[in-house]
Amino acid sequence: MSAIDERFQQLREAGKKAFIPFVTAGDPSLDMTTRVLRELAQAGASIAEVGVPYSDPIADGPVIQASYTRALDSGFRLRELWPAMAQCRADLGQMPLVSMISYSIIHRMGIDAFLDSAQGAGFSGAIVPDLLLEEGDTLRSAARQRDFSLIHLVTPTTDRDRMVRIAEASTGFLYFVSVTGITGERNELPAELLDQVAWLKARTELPVCVGFGISRPEHVRMLRPIADGVIVGSAIVRRLAEHADADTALGAVRQLAAELIEALEEDA
Amino acid sequence: MTTDSNPSTMRLSQLPDAHGRFGPYGGRYVPETLTRALEELEREYAAAREDVAFRRELDELLAQFVGRPSPIYHARRLSEMAGGAQIWFKREDLNHTGAHKINNTLGQALLTLRMGKQRVIAETGAGQHGVATATACAHFGIPCVVYMGAEDVRRQRPNVFSMKLLGAEVRPVTSGSRTLRDAVNEALRDWMASVETTHYIIGSVIGPHPFPMMVRDFQAVIGREARQQSLDTFGRLPDTVVACVGGGSNAAGMFYPFIDDDQVRLVGVEAGGISPEPGQNASPLTHGAPGVLHGSRSYVMQDEDGQTSPVHSVSAGLDYPGVGPEHSYWRDVGRVEYTECRDDTALKTFDLVAKTEGILPALESSHAIAKAMELAATMPADKIVMVCLSGRGDKDAAEIARLRGEEY
Repeated sequence: MSAIDERFQQLREAGKKAFIPFVTAGDPSLDMTTRVLRELAQAGASIAEVGVPYSDPIADGPVIQASYTRALDSGFRLRELWPAMAQCRADLGQMPLVSMISYSIIHRMGIDAFLDSAQGAGFSGAIVPDLLLEEGDTLRSAARQRDFSLIHLVTPTTDRDRMVRIAEASTGFLYFVSVTGITGERNELPAELLDQVAWLKARTELPVCVGFGISRPEHVRMLRPIADGVIVGSAIVRRLAEHADADTALGAVRQLAAELIEALEEDA
Repeated sequence: MTTDSNPSTMRLSQLPDAHGRFGPYGGRYVPETLTRALEELEREYAAAREDVAFRRELDELLAQFVGRPSPIYHARRLSEMAGGAQIWFKREDLNHTGAHKINNTLGQALLTLRMGKQRVIAETGAGQHGVATATACAHFGIPCVVYMGAEDVRRQRPNVFSMKLLGAEVRPVTSGSRTLRDAVNEALRDWMASVETTHYIIGSVIGPHPFPMMVRDFQAVIGREARQQSLDTFGRLPDTVVACVGGGSNAAGMFYPFIDDDQVRLVGVEAGGISPEPGQNASPLTHGAPGVLHGSRSYVMQDEDGQTSPVHSVSAGLDYPGVGPEHSYWRDVGRVEYTECRDDTALKTFDLVAKTEGILPALESSHAIAKAMELAATMPADKIVMVCLSGRGDKDAAEIARLRGEEY
């Protein structure tokens, strides 16, 4: 059982849903990233995703891509990421960390080296957005042996029998992509999304969390009855990018997190 | 045929396997969103490949619209200068739109219609693939969007204007390095949001399966013709076949029909740029290592963190940090030799071919011709070196003038 499984067990027992924010490592600095993570833990985030900057992120939208570019331009290096995360891990309480990382980087590091580094830094799992079910056997079995969650994604274009196979291969939770396309904020979520999530939830024990385009309390209210959690990325990254002053930026993130958590927990 | 990882009966020409693998290379490293489209494309392409009507329609277009077969041509004065074997050009520069790219775009445009998709997107670096895609789309009346790095838009103005004249929309890409690889990223992103209605015409033997196989097959008309023309003209196969390698589409198309002919030596020429130092060349097969980029596993130029490294070549068409997965496999099993040619040598060769043969070769192709001359010099006069002259060099005239500080 990884820390992610434990977290969802606690949430289920308390009748709560997961709030899962995303932050890009090293944008604008690793120091700021750890401050944001502390802020999110204090605000009550259930799990945090840490995006590892990559030069050619085909799965990400313009906001996150731009933040990856900023992080790389300001000198982001993997060898500095792991100790920085290990150092702040103790301040994050029970909030598990999940890395969002391209398979290009994992391949370059080597699967064992990646798992050593990530676990050593306090990560409980990984989302690898460009690793399909068919290409994931080696990483999956290595991760399973170490109780390191490997969270797969399903999308609105995924066939239903494939969704079930992905759910069987996934550990920790399932990442349900809300829309066809790339990450980013949107005005409305498609109505058929709820049916799809409900269909999948009836076929898996795993928590199903919905991400891509979740930025407003209305989105959260819509998903709350069905999903086990919501993932919020671009909205947070954008707020950090909008404010040059660190304290103002942290305040903006704190406020957004509070609004979304409130929408997640308020009585329907 | 010796294939290290396939000691059984598998011939190189039978690859990829059912998972789109060429040995340990290829595969599909893309977001889940694209799975359905790639599976559909794989299915539709497999059916089209066996469909006589589809092949007839494509062959007719290649004959009447492109002007195929392209001739082979004995570069006599160049051969004399090299001293040694005869150098022959496979004249892809004489195709409609001036390069080999049109062979692939017409095939994929036909496939777009077959799949019932109503829109095409493409990436382009130098603009040749963009022009070839815009041309195929204009021919069939399909709306077309071409992604092009903002830096390349600036460097390749004439091609940008041609695409517009052909009715395509050119979208400059301002993210990352603002060059070809960013254009690929942006096209993939568009495709993820538009996959139900749109086909992505990739311009080289790169990307997730089935693209490397499919683009190779559409380009294999080059090698099939060259093989037959050799038999007809010389009564035998050429001794050595040479082609330049960026992503590797002209080389894959030229080599593939010869791949099981063990007696034919195959030589791929990468962009050696200014030096072997990181960032100063675009030679992943020579200086890179296996990695994952743009949906497949292949040799790439990366740093130790897996971030794509900057690359350089005087030739925009070779200025790419990756290469097709099939080339990676051909390299590892030793079937094809890969080498590099530097900027200055390519530029000198451009000049030489212009003045001795009356042909302006593309700067990309000039890399291959330079290596062909070097090889010919070591071979007796009755031997034949066949080079793929993948495109015409008019598009490079302005850049060459700029490098020389001359008015264009």
